[in-house]
Amino acid sequence: MSDVLAVLEQRDGAVRKVSHEVVTGARRLADALGGGAQVDALVLGAGAVRGADQVGGFGADRVITLTHPGFGMYAPEGYARVVADRVKAGGYRAVVFAASATGKDLAPRVAARLGRPLVQDVTDVSVAGGAVIAIRPVYAGKALLKVRVAGGPAVLSLRPNVFTPVQRPKAGVQETAAVDGSPGRVVVRQIKAAAAGTLDVAEAPIIVSGGRGLKEPANFRVLEELAAAFAGRAAVGASRAVVDAGWRPHADQVGQTGKTVSPTLYVAVGISGAIQHLAGMRTSKVIVAINKDKDAPIFKVADYGIVGDLFEVVPKLTEEIRKLHG
Amino acid sequence: MRIAVCIKRVPDSETRVKIAPDGKSLDEAGVKFILNPYDEFAVEEGLRLKENAGAGEVVVIALGPPAAQETIRTALAMGADRGVLLQTAGFHPDGLETARALAAELKNGAFDLILFGKMAIDDYNHQVGPMVAELLDLPCVTTVAHLEIAGGKGTAEREIEGGVEVVEFPLPAVLTTDKGLNEPRYPALKGIMAAKKKPLDVKPTAPGPGALEILSLALPPERQAGKIVGEGSAAVPELVRLLREEAKVL
Repeated sequence: MSDVLAVLEQRDGAVRKVSHEVVTGARRLADALGGGAQVDALVLGAGAVRGADQVGGFGADRVITLTHPGFGMYAPEGYARVVADRVKAGGYRAVVFAASATGKDLAPRVAARLGRPLVQDVTDVSVAGGAVIAIRPVYAGKALLKVRVAGGPAVLSLRPNVFTPVQRPKAGVQETAAVDGSPGRVVVRQIKAAAAGTLDVAEAPIIVSGGRGLKEPANFRVLEELAAAFAGRAAVGASRAVVDAGWRPHADQVGQTGKTVSPTLYVAVGISGAIQHLAGMRTSKVIVAINKDKDAPIFKVADYGIVGDLFEVVPKLTEEIRKLHG
Repeated sequence: MRIAVCIKRVPDSETRVKIAPDGKSLDEAGVKFILNPYDEFAVEEGLRLKENAGAGEVVVIALGPPAAQETIRTALAMGADRGVLLQTAGFHPDGLETARALAAELKNGAFDLILFGKMAIDDYNHQVGPMVAELLDLPCVTTVAHLEIAGGKGTAEREIEGGVEVVEFPLPAVLTTDKGLNEPRYPALKGIMAAKKKPLDVKPTAPGPGALEILSLALPPERQAGKIVGEGSAAVPELVRLLREEAKVL
């Protein structure tokens, strides 16, 4: 009897890092359910998925790879059918996704097929009286909603960067099976990749964000250089003002009408700190603000601030970070 | 082309959240409500698709309290043809119940496209559109930032981590819209006047109770204001030291 199903993601035939967090969250939930609850991890692909054998080390007792020639790229309808069928057949008490672009698309489809509610973007999970309790930010993080899921299975997606992966000295049992049926009417034709090494702000452990203080679009180069100094761990974010002005793509926007993020380190550069921006980044572990206005609201939420001209401060910071990674 | 656009009335993004005395809901006193910003992209796209097709109808549908009539009038002022309010009392945490109520209204509408915003900026549920698609057995693409429709088929682009997915689908279909898809028009005075006379059907609706029970709605812990490390680039070495030794994030 297995109790929690962690739904993994693969890209180009390899397990995505965010799935390690999903397995970690699923393990935590299984331990809270008690009674030796088991975690199954499920990944769908066109064939063997690289990294599936590492997932046991994050707490999966069993790793199931289901293959279908049409499952190399995300196939929304086929994936939803196969995952939902697996949940029904396995009698799971909970199903856990990542609240990633794919997870937020797949989880509602699976939940609807199961006739179950979906709790998206969960930041904390526990069990009381046998029922799953989840906390999730609403109003872009201005408030936290705590809900109890009656009955089962509980269907959850976990916010990236919150469930820090925990390694365990254990390897899960590997199983592989082929599945059939239609991959569905909705077909992903291709993925136009962003420039190599580009991290998404929703998943980056470090975000360097810029606002109107940058003065013009070309000046974001100073932030890109700072992000690059973090050796592949940082993404460049943006405030709504500069996205609305067309300086930066919406994909980079942090805030209530952009992304709500929880990185380890958030560096706000030339951002005054409008309430809708603060809402989107206040759950960052550590916030640094660099702004020439010492009264800017951003300093009220920042752990560390530097008052000064960003065009002097940021290049110096880049230099210091490069030394660390030198 | 027949298009349905499902919209929601939400608190403005500049709202300072206060918790109601029940400890489970938003204190709505003094809160300004708006058409959910992501739904504006859906309304705009619906209008453009109808205009390009040269014929058709854009129906806006909202599930919400009586005051959501104003939200529907906003969409009618942008140019939608008629509105339907599935009028409910109270707050519905379970997106599946919302989806069920909408699906019941949509299922006999013979729509070519059903559009949603990718999410509402209040509950951040991010789920009702694809749930409706599953309930109606329609193809669905979420968070669409670019769209082309021709010959009963569509191609959509959606942002994923580190790239853009190019997705093909047949009509009829359900789509949810992201920022970047278009620039929503502002209602002109003429549109606002015309909207007052457009049909708006109010249908009392009682969504199921759902399986989610709200235990609490609370403000997040206040962040303690930290320290100003210093002024100018001279403060940078100390900042880096603090990030390494005190915050331990480097």
